[in-house]
Amino acid sequence: MKAMPQQPLHAVPAALLAALLCCPPVHAADAPQAVQLAPGAYHLPGEHAPWGDQGRTRVANTGFVIGTRCVAVIDSGGSPADGRALLAAVRRVSTLPVCYVINTHVHPDHLLGNAALMQANGSGPPPRVVGHARLAAALAAREPYYRRAFARDVAAPSQDGLDRIAPPDVAVQETKEVHQLDLGARVLELRAWPTAHTDNDLTVLDRASGTLWLGDLVFEGHLPVLDGKLAGWLQVLDALAGMRATRAIPGHGRVFEDWPSALQPTRRYLQTLRGDVNAALDDGASLSQAVERLGLAPEGWLLGDAFHRRNVTAAYAELEWSR
Amino acid sequence: MKPALPHDAHRRLTLAWLLALAGSPHAAEIKTAEDSVDNERWRKVRASLFGERPITEDDSVVVLEAPARAEDAAVVPIAIRAQFEQAPARHVRKLTLVIDNNPSPLAAVFTYTLDSGRADIETRVRIDEYTFVRAIAETGDGRLHMSKRFVKASGGCSAPPGKDPQAAQATLGQMRLSVKPDAPPDRPVLAQLMISHPNDSGLVMDQATRQYTPAWFVRQIDVRHNGKLVLQADVDFAISENPHLRFYFTPGAGASGGELTAEVVDSKDLRFEQRTTLRPGAR
Repeated sequence: MKAMPQQPLHAVPAALLAALLCCPPVHAADAPQAVQLAPGAYHLPGEHAPWGDQGRTRVANTGFVIGTRCVAVIDSGGSPADGRALLAAVRRVSTLPVCYVINTHVHPDHLLGNAALMQANGSGPPPRVVGHARLAAALAAREPYYRRAFARDVAAPSQDGLDRIAPPDVAVQETKEVHQLDLGARVLELRAWPTAHTDNDLTVLDRASGTLWLGDLVFEGHLPVLDGKLAGWLQVLDALAGMRATRAIPGHGRVFEDWPSALQPTRRYLQTLRGDVNAALDDGASLSQAVERLGLAPEGWLLGDAFHRRNVTAAYAELEWSR
Repeated sequence: MKPALPHDAHRRLTLAWLLALAGSPHAAEIKTAEDSVDNERWRKVRASLFGERPITEDDSVVVLEAPARAEDAAVVPIAIRAQFEQAPARHVRKLTLVIDNNPSPLAAVFTYTLDSGRADIETRVRIDEYTFVRAIAETGDGRLHMSKRFVKASGGCSAPPGKDPQAAQATLGQMRLSVKPDAPPDRPVLAQLMISHPNDSGLVMDQATRQYTPAWFVRQIDVRHNGKLVLQADVDFAISENPHLRFYFTPGAGASGGELTAEVVDSKDLRFEQRTTLRPGAR
C-alpha cells in the first residue's frame, strides 16, 4: 500500500474558509471534515451538549495522528455512527491502516465509536484499543448502563447496532514513565494518571507537532465533570502544567493555543468547588443541603444545569472523608 | 402474622429467583410497564416480603425524601423521616427500602427499637433506572404504611458503579462514627456512620475471563448504645460506595455518656468495628 503524503490535499485556511462560506453539505452531520492542526495531526470537534440529550452523541472532541506506517485515532465519538463518521474523515486524508484507537477515558462520548473503527482495515488486522490500565474494568462495570442510556435516549440497539463496545487490549500503567506508540517516524507518548476526572484518564502527546491530547482532564466552555476524585484532579493539573506543548486539545471545547495557562479555568472551578463544599461540611450541612446551597453553577461555563449539582454531590462524598 | 425476615443469604437468593421469573426491565418496556406504580417487579417484591398484608399508601407514618432526578447515579441521597418519635404506644419496628428497577430491588431493611428515638434514616443509594423508590414502615401494631417517590435516573455518562473502587478498597473497613453534640437531654441524638468500602455489586463480566467479578458489599450493620441495639441495617450494593448512614438514638433517661458501637459485616464475612465514647451530660 502506498504511503499517503502527510500534508493534506488542501491548505487548512482554504478548507476552513470553504466550510464557513459554503452552506454545509446536506449530510454534514454524517460526513464531518477533520480540521488539520499541524502536518499529520487532525481534530474533529464535538458540540457542547450532554451525551444522549435529545439523541446527540457527537459531544466530545476526537482526532487522529498519521505516521509513515499507520494512523492512531484518539477517542472514537459517542455512537457507532460517530465512529463511522470519524473513520470516513480519516480515510479522506489517509489510506494507511489504523493501528491504534486510543481512549482517553471510559465515558460513552469518547468510546462508543470504537467498534466502528474496528472495521478500519478491511481484511487486515483491526486496530488495537489502548487505554489506562483501569479502563477495562471501568468499562466492564459501566457498559450495561451506557447501553441502556443509549437505547433510551439515542436509538434502540436494533436501529444503530450498539453490538460491541471494543474493549481495550493495551493497558497503559500508571507510572512516571510514558508509554510510547510508534506510528512510523511519529511517536506518541501516553501517560496514565492517578484518579482525576475518572479513575482511568490518559493523555497523548504528539511530539512531532507538539500537540497534547488532554482527554477530559481540562475543559473549555463545557463545565468540567467530576467522576473521579477532586483532590487527585487538582494534583494531576499541577503535573500537566509542567508539560510543554504547542497546543492542547481538551475533551470538550476549542483547541488551546496557550498551554498551560489554558488549564486555569478548570483549576479555578475545581478549587472553588472544593472550598465551597468544605465550607458546607464545616457548617454540618448534609449532602442534600449542600447540593441545595451550592447548586447554582458559576458563571462562564455551559451546561452548568446538567453537571454542577452532580459535581457538588461527588465532591461532597469525597471530601467528607478528609475532615 | 408472618414470621420475621431472616437476615441471611437465603432470603436474597429467594428474592433473586423470584425476580428472575419476573425478568429484568429492558428497553422495549422502559417507558411503559416498568414506569408504572404497580409494575411487575414491585408486585413480586411485595408478595415476597409482605404476602397479602394490606399496605396503606400515605405519608402518615414515614415520609420518603428523594430527588426527582438523580444527579449522580452512584450517589443518590435519600431520607426516610418518621412522623413521630418512638414510644411504647406507637413506634416503627422496621423500615424496608425498595428500589423497583435496581438489579437488587430490596435495598435495605432497617430495624428499630424504642431506644432508637426516631425511626429516621438518611443514606445514599445507587439508582440504575427510572424507578419508584419505596419506604415501607411496619409499626408496632403490625400495620404497614408506604411512602414512595419516583426518581429519574441520571443517564448520560453518570453510572452506578463507584468512582474509585481501588481507593475504597485500600482503606477498606475504616469507619467514622460521630454523634451530633449538644442535643437536649433525653432527646433523640443524631449520629452518623461512614464506612470505607467499595460496596460493589459484582454484576460485571470481565471480558477477558468471561467470569463475573465477585460482589463485595456491606451486608449488615449493628449499632448499639451501651450494649442496647439502636439500629440494625440489613443492606447490600444498592447502597453507594462508602456507605453513609445518619440515624438517631436516645441515650435514655438518666444515662450519662456511655459508648456507641457500630459492628459491620460484609459479604466476604469480614468484620469491622468502631466505637465512640459519648461525653457525659453533654452527650
